[in-house]
Amino acid sequence: MSTAIIQYNAGNIQSVLYALERLGVDAIVTDEPEQIKSADKVIFPGVGEASTAMQYLQHKNLDTLITALKQPVLGICLGMQLMCTYSEENNTDCMGIFNEQVKQFKPDNISSKVPQMGWNTITHLQSPLFAGVEENSYVYFVHGYYASIGAHTIAQTNYIIEYSCALHRGNFYGVQFHPEKSAKVGEQIIQNFLSL
Amino acid sequence: MLTKRIIPCLDIKDGRTVKGINFEQIRDAGDPVELAALYAAHGADELVFLDITATVERRKTLSQLVNKIAHKINIPFTVGGGIQTEEDVYLLLQNGADKISINTAAFNNPRIIQSFSKNFGSQCVVLAIDAKCEENGRWYVYLNGGRVKTDKLVEEWAKQAVDLGAGEILLTSMNHDGTKQGFALDITAQLSENLSVPIIASGGGGNQQHFYDVFTKGKADAALAASIFHYKEVSIPDLKNYLHQQQIPVRL
Repeated sequence: MSTAIIQYNAGNIQSVLYALERLGVDAIVTDEPEQIKSADKVIFPGVGEASTAMQYLQHKNLDTLITALKQPVLGICLGMQLMCTYSEENNTDCMGIFNEQVKQFKPDNISSKVPQMGWNTITHLQSPLFAGVEENSYVYFVHGYYASIGAHTIAQTNYIIEYSCALHRGNFYGVQFHPEKSAKVGEQIIQNFLSL
Repeated sequence: MLTKRIIPCLDIKDGRTVKGINFEQIRDAGDPVELAALYAAHGADELVFLDITATVERRKTLSQLVNKIAHKINIPFTVGGGIQTEEDVYLLLQNGADKISINTAAFNNPRIIQSFSKNFGSQCVVLAIDAKCEENGRWYVYLNGGRVKTDKLVEEWAKQAVDLGAGEILLTSMNHDGTKQGFALDITAQLSENLSVPIIASGGGGNQQHFYDVFTKGKADAALAASIFHYKEVSIPDLKNYLHQQQIPVRL
């Protein structure tokens, strides 16, 4: 089985690569269209700012490439957000794979800091992506924007409001949290994705 | 619910873990990669590595160490010590660090906070402040591992750094560090209430009650400690169970 991690200008690609290595999975980090298209699984990671990342993807035609992929694709954090229709982060039109808009957290009081940074629970789990993962398991989040709950929601988290921490449509999956940094639970989710 | 974080800190010198008492008298506390893996397995929420090596070789040795750690642990970790340029940050992130911590270099050249947060995202820029409460009751910023006093008030510097793009504040009270008498609750709460970013409290954690206090009275988002974990005086699972019983949200 081959796994491709999409290389672009948005952070933490190494972390994903090392997480796969810890699971004994060889992956390639690439922005070559042929390598991405021919991989069995594709991971689209990301930490950073939406408009800069989207511009880069468009410049490299990676947005149309990703949208047309047929194998299982997992977007992580910013990767997931860029697979939605639109992000309030600098008014960015995104790929539109998931029919959700990405909105900014509005702090309700000073005890809710933005971005959310740290470990929070995932609930309403409804996907093979979460096989063997218990309701209310903890995973690691770092984000200031979120996707609402809608038709493609497969898991939820509560921070200021209840939102989608995972989305699924066809062969596309997205998680707002960082499975590559979420200890055993994260490893299970990555394994589940690789087993799809 | 977002949990409070427990963060073991590993001070690194020449590739080994050390811990100073009041920033002096360094003792050897073991292999950092082994310790890191142990803490991750015990339920640490994050790890911080601060390199206090003072040689020109540090950049290379530190990035190699970071690479080893990144291959071994499955939780987020921060690296600090001598980071001055975008190239330094890039090298550490490339080797698997999630965040970098800056202190003296940021104070002397605050623009790096802006450039780091713009280039790598504010989520990976942790501003570390060594703070000391003077006889007048006010908290001042100290530099160079606590050796150099400045006239800058901690709350002013923290605010300025957050405005420039710092994503988190790691506040160490020099008055409390190494004493095991509890964290500096007042200044921690003051920063936490006035800033939009998470505050990591450091210095003085000696028993489980101290952590409870810093999360309640101190309003900290995370608490960091070193020697009590290295010397097994407080175990992370016991600490988290205790906090859970006290209704503090923690990841069990």
